[in-house]
Amino acid sequence: MHVATSSAFKENAHRALGDAGLQRALARSGTSFIARRAAAVANLPEFEQLRDTARDIKNHTLANLDFYLEAYEAKVLAAGGQVHWCADADAARAAVLEICETAGARTVTKGKSMIGEELAINEHLERHGIEPVETDLGEYIIQLRHETPSHIIAPAFHLNMEDWEETFRKSHIDLPADRVFAERRDILTEARDKLRSRFLAADVGITGANFLIAETGSSVIVTNEGNGDLTQTLPRVHIVLASIEKMVPTIEDCTSLLRVLARSATGQDFSVYTTFSTGPRRVGDLDGPEEYHVVLVDNGRSAMIGTEFQEMLRCIRCAACLNHCPVYGAVGGHAYGWVYPGPMGAVLTPSLIGVKQAGHLPNASTFCGKCESVCPVRIPLPKLMRHWREREFERHLGPASVRWNLGVWGFVARRPVLYRMVTRAAALGLGWLGRKRGRFSRMPLARGWTDARDLPAPEGDTFFARYAREQRSRVPS
Amino acid sequence: MSKAGILNAIRRGLRRGPLPEDQAAMLRGRLERHPRQLIPARSRLPRAEQIDLFVANVEKEFGTVARVADASDVPAAVADYVAAQNLPGVLVMAPHPELRAIDWSVRPLLEIREGRAEGTDVVSVQQGFAAIAETGTLMLPSAAERPTTLNILTDTAIVVLRASRVVGAYEDAWDLLRSDIGVMPRNVMLVTGPSRSADIEQTLELGAHGPRRLHVVLVDQ
Repeated sequence: MHVATSSAFKENAHRALGDAGLQRALARSGTSFIARRAAAVANLPEFEQLRDTARDIKNHTLANLDFYLEAYEAKVLAAGGQVHWCADADAARAAVLEICETAGARTVTKGKSMIGEELAINEHLERHGIEPVETDLGEYIIQLRHETPSHIIAPAFHLNMEDWEETFRKSHIDLPADRVFAERRDILTEARDKLRSRFLAADVGITGANFLIAETGSSVIVTNEGNGDLTQTLPRVHIVLASIEKMVPTIEDCTSLLRVLARSATGQDFSVYTTFSTGPRRVGDLDGPEEYHVVLVDNGRSAMIGTEFQEMLRCIRCAACLNHCPVYGAVGGHAYGWVYPGPMGAVLTPSLIGVKQAGHLPNASTFCGKCESVCPVRIPLPKLMRHWREREFERHLGPASVRWNLGVWGFVARRPVLYRMVTRAAALGLGWLGRKRGRFSRMPLARGWTDARDLPAPEGDTFFARYAREQRSRVPS
Repeated sequence: MSKAGILNAIRRGLRRGPLPEDQAAMLRGRLERHPRQLIPARSRLPRAEQIDLFVANVEKEFGTVARVADASDVPAAVADYVAAQNLPGVLVMAPHPELRAIDWSVRPLLEIREGRAEGTDVVSVQQGFAAIAETGTLMLPSAAERPTTLNILTDTAIVVLRASRVVGAYEDAWDLLRSDIGVMPRNVMLVTGPSRSADIEQTLELGAHGPRRLHVVLVDQ
């Protein structure tokens, strides 16, 4: 498994804020996904209803997950495929390796798979002498740079054009050094040419799955590049890596989820390639894999069922919550320290690697609620982050100063009369102190705020007092 | 056995044992009926407008469409397209009965090989099974006469499609698949425009790993 650095979120975030290249990438990228999603949503009057439908389908599936998993397995077997049930990452890695070794594989092409990142499957294959080749453009450059993805649908979110050029020049040393990268298309063309032979030579292709369909035993992938289709069509063996919550009952259910997926993710009405795979090559087929394996991974999901975090298992990994998150937009994905960044990662990561390791992540939120407002399956992300904060507090995992201050605040906040007295005293006192400049450039206990900007001095009374006064002065109707 | 372990963990979370038989029967019934969910109204149109919507959506997604009156016009449409794109007239074509029934000798400069696509093939001709007006999406199920590599491996993909196979919503296409083919094919691709990537600076750029061009020859009759 990737070594998680989630416990160092504060340091990671600090570094990210000072990284000029990253800040440029974030500033550029942040807005484009938001605008495109908004346009796609505006174009589909039923979108809000479809979000309800999507939520309900996922809830229904999770409430009957054991039934649907078994129904799904029966269909995969009937189509000539195999299902490998894996309780944890170790079991999943072993299953993939065994399939590859049995196939005598030397190289393995890969479609983008977040569960693959979670299992760190590339490192595992490399250690056993098998070369994994990432074929999604973003994953490809990440692999060349020995980095990890910083975004769940755009792995190279943190890179700028000059990073692409530099990495391609350094990695593709067989190509003329004086070639020109005038536009993005040149990068794309070079990657296409480089990967063509890899697609054709690979012994095994590994893809993820956006959905698994119980009705037919199908795995579904959604891509724009077509790399996933080349990966699952050309090699002799196709391995699908999928976690258990990818399950949906029928093709119709899947179709409903697809209607919200691309719109929420890239703002497209539909991705270019949405492909349903069901078992290996049939009699008479001229192409397609001869073996079809599904490595079905639990790795912490089943333990979320029946808890307040079950709702997180509805997630379809569209990344709308990342794209709309002010915290993600400020620090990028790597600061979160593990596979899943942004609001969905802040909820999922503590579930999967423990709140002790990842307790900072649910704190890294302004609770603006934007993530929940765009989630296509209506996951109440802020509520779930709050649950993690409560658990962190209950288990005494936070620093003593934070706990003490929270204790004091809690004591005061639960006593309305006291609360009003204290806030009134603070408002009047601060207002008097800052009466000349109207703002503070330094403030004890609030340096985190005043280091970067001034704190406005309160003007007049507290909100409560003003509200009460204005209510009284209203002319009764 | 980790299967039992995983299923038991799920059931523990759901606070129940295996699903009681009556509930399991209900869910099996739902799988067999596969009820439709909410379908957007946008594709519920009269026939002609549905086809127009399909064409408009293919073009919106950077594909191209040539409409021809009947199947005998297909060779000319294909030959003209490859000539206009400055491509060689060498085609790898699906061994599909409808494509075979066409007299390709009217355009003798086209060099045609039947079968799956190989890495060296540049232009492919596939027989479309159905198309979805809602988003300009082609449905291309695999079969002996419809190899998957033709959809994905060549630089330019040409799809011949009868206009009568254009439906409104995805659900209509799935119904066609169930009634015409029955079992779920090994591979069903839903293709919406040519290959692209948004991985470089989150800007959509055409020409990733799949076909750089997608051309639909829509046969009215």
